[in-house]
Amino acid sequence: MLFSKVAEYYLKRLLPTTLLTNNVRSHFTYYPTVSGPGKTMNMFNAINNAMDLALQNDESALLFGEDVGFGGVFRCSVNLRDKYGKDRVFNSPLCEQGIAGFAIGVANTGTTAIAEIQFADYIFPSFDQIVNEAAKYRYRSGDLFNCGSLTFRVPCGAVGHGALYHSQSPEAYFAHTPGLRVVVPRGPIKAKGLLLACFRDPNPCIVFEPKTLYRAAVEDVPTEYYTSELGKADVLREGNDVTLIGWGTQVHILLEAAELAKETLKVDCEVIDLVSILPWDTNTISKSAKKTGRVIIAHEAPLTQGFGSEIAAYIQEQCFLHLEAPVKRVTGWDTPFPHVFEPFYLPDKHRCLTAISNILNF
Amino acid sequence: MSFLRKTIPMLGALGRQHQHLKTVVGALPTSSRQYSSDPANDYANFPGAKAPFVSQLKLNLPEDYAPIPIYRVMDRDGFIADETQDPQLSREVVEKMFRDMLLLNTMDKILYESQRQGRISFYMTNFGEEASHIGSAAALEMRDLIYGQYREAGVLVWRGFRIDQFIDQCYGNVDDLGRGKQMPVHYGSRELNFVTISSPLSTQMPQAVGAAYAMKMKKGNDACVVCYFGEGAASEGDAHAAFNFAATLGCPVILFCRNNGFAISTPSHEQYKGDGIAGRGPMGYGIATIRVDGTDVFAVYNAMKMAREYVLKENKPVVFEALAYRVSHHSTSDDSTAYRSPEEIEVWNSVDNPISKLKRYMVHKGWFDEAEETAFIKDVRKKVLKQIAVSEKKLKPNWREMFEGVYAEMPEHLVEQRKELEKHLEAHKEHYPLKNFKQ
Repeated sequence: MLFSKVAEYYLKRLLPTTLLTNNVRSHFTYYPTVSGPGKTMNMFNAINNAMDLALQNDESALLFGEDVGFGGVFRCSVNLRDKYGKDRVFNSPLCEQGIAGFAIGVANTGTTAIAEIQFADYIFPSFDQIVNEAAKYRYRSGDLFNCGSLTFRVPCGAVGHGALYHSQSPEAYFAHTPGLRVVVPRGPIKAKGLLLACFRDPNPCIVFEPKTLYRAAVEDVPTEYYTSELGKADVLREGNDVTLIGWGTQVHILLEAAELAKETLKVDCEVIDLVSILPWDTNTISKSAKKTGRVIIAHEAPLTQGFGSEIAAYIQEQCFLHLEAPVKRVTGWDTPFPHVFEPFYLPDKHRCLTAISNILNF
Repeated sequence: MSFLRKTIPMLGALGRQHQHLKTVVGALPTSSRQYSSDPANDYANFPGAKAPFVSQLKLNLPEDYAPIPIYRVMDRDGFIADETQDPQLSREVVEKMFRDMLLLNTMDKILYESQRQGRISFYMTNFGEEASHIGSAAALEMRDLIYGQYREAGVLVWRGFRIDQFIDQCYGNVDDLGRGKQMPVHYGSRELNFVTISSPLSTQMPQAVGAAYAMKMKKGNDACVVCYFGEGAASEGDAHAAFNFAATLGCPVILFCRNNGFAISTPSHEQYKGDGIAGRGPMGYGIATIRVDGTDVFAVYNAMKMAREYVLKENKPVVFEALAYRVSHHSTSDDSTAYRSPEEIEVWNSVDNPISKLKRYMVHKGWFDEAEETAFIKDVRKKVLKQIAVSEKKLKPNWREMFEGVYAEMPEHLVEQRKELEKHLEAHKEHYPLKNFKQ
């Protein structure tokens, strides 16, 4: 379009974009996981690789969702339709409740279902199918039927400009549902391991993938098949003074906050990636809480009834006499996720560092 | 043999039931002999369906039904095929239609580029669908309430949403009517009776139906509701709910499907197998249905006039399907050449372009002036660029507004959270873009 050239020319004569008030900067620095030799991949490559292996090793496996056929809007399924055919990798009609119900049915027959919900913000039409059906199939049928071979992949979280409906982290809604597994990777290596573990796990799983990591997170990912343990938290940095708990993108903010705390406050923080939201690793958390006596939990989702509430309640029940200060939550505020106010909404490194300083001076 | 043995007593039971029906419904044939010899004359009276009985077993195949025809007024060259269908709009109205389409098209091109340069965070263009916006909006009254999906900016242009209002929304600055809460293109205007856009698809559909029902219940109602949605969105459960509620509850709503052939990358042939969205109307939901060429502004206009008259007179819904082609990428997050060819797009951008079609009509009428068109586009371009410069310098709303509008009145816990943030910002102001926000 010739016109676009003209528009481009005139626009360039306006303010340089670096001076723009809405210029979006990433709110975190990525801390890669190191696990020996592998191929350099970002998170969407690693997810693609995991699904490729699953489709290759398990001839029953099906992969579907909105726009999955051409590679998905985040490119996670790119080339898989060409490789495995359009009967196994395909677009669904635009209907999340349909995707979820269809996936459950597929899994009822023992076939592996890998279902993509395009954005976590759009998972709610499928809430009934996931909460009332997928989660309860085994229980209500006396184990006659189940849909354990089902995994939902769900891009979630803040990206800098997603506003109300392209930013949410709805893990807590699903954590309130017995029967589901809910996990959140912090990067490519974990994403691949968790996905392959979920595909094989005999329970319906939801993998919330922080979409800001699809491109930003780069690691050397082992190319062979491997799984990451479900229900197991990772201690990423050891320390004796304060325990910092997070998942997904927030892990990287906590790692940076821990570094800043070391430099500025001379304290050693222990950083734990919870990884699994449901069921979750109570042992690793209470062990660390007992060691440090000070715990901060941070997540992007709102404060009230965020998963931090559950962790805080558990810690006060199990570790009360070991605590030096009340458990602190640093989270998104109790508002919808706003567009231009995002820098003020997120539990960024400054808010986390302030919390560390406060919890030490309680 | 065993089948027969079972069948004989069953037939007896059927006969007894039939005898019973005879006494209840006098109009039914008087003897079971007649009934069995000529079932085709018999009309079933099941609560779930009234239809004739037949004795030939037959699968009703989709191909047994002819597609609903597509109404058009203008051909590709801008000639009116049947003069009786010329809406006889004045030169003034046609010129407004043309100018509004040009304005939308010009603004879209610049705002699209501005996103590419990182000036705004997101944008969605309306290329190829200008006629369905303008034609439908022109046939409505301002009191008619609009629920949009997200690609209906032309309806707002027709209603008088100003360039500064569009661009301030895209920047989410202090003058954005939505107060910086939503992504670009999520417009809304109380004044123009246009309900604020929400990103989740089809959620607006049952809402529009509910609004129409409530409006019907108001004394002397003379306004209807128009709900725009795409053919992809029509696959959502909410779309079914909307169709069914609108029909069963008799709601004066026009369910306007912009069938542009694509839901992001998914082509319509992977979205449904029936006769488009129109095909669902009459047989599927019992709703009066119109299908039009969405690239023909007059076809959309005429059909919308008829639809509006019908929904208000009958207090019943209309399914309206406007067929076009999404010349645009889905949004600035999408490159549609990954799933369709540039050549295919170009056909729809030139031969079947709704703006050039109207232009050709105006040429035949002697109403078109090339110099005037060029000057108009130049003027719009100037205004849009000037407005971008102004809008991007405006401050964003006060950050405290983040906590407003969650509830009608701010509850205590939000007051506390706002205080906490206030204290934090006071201590760490150097880390936050406070200078870009109103104080």
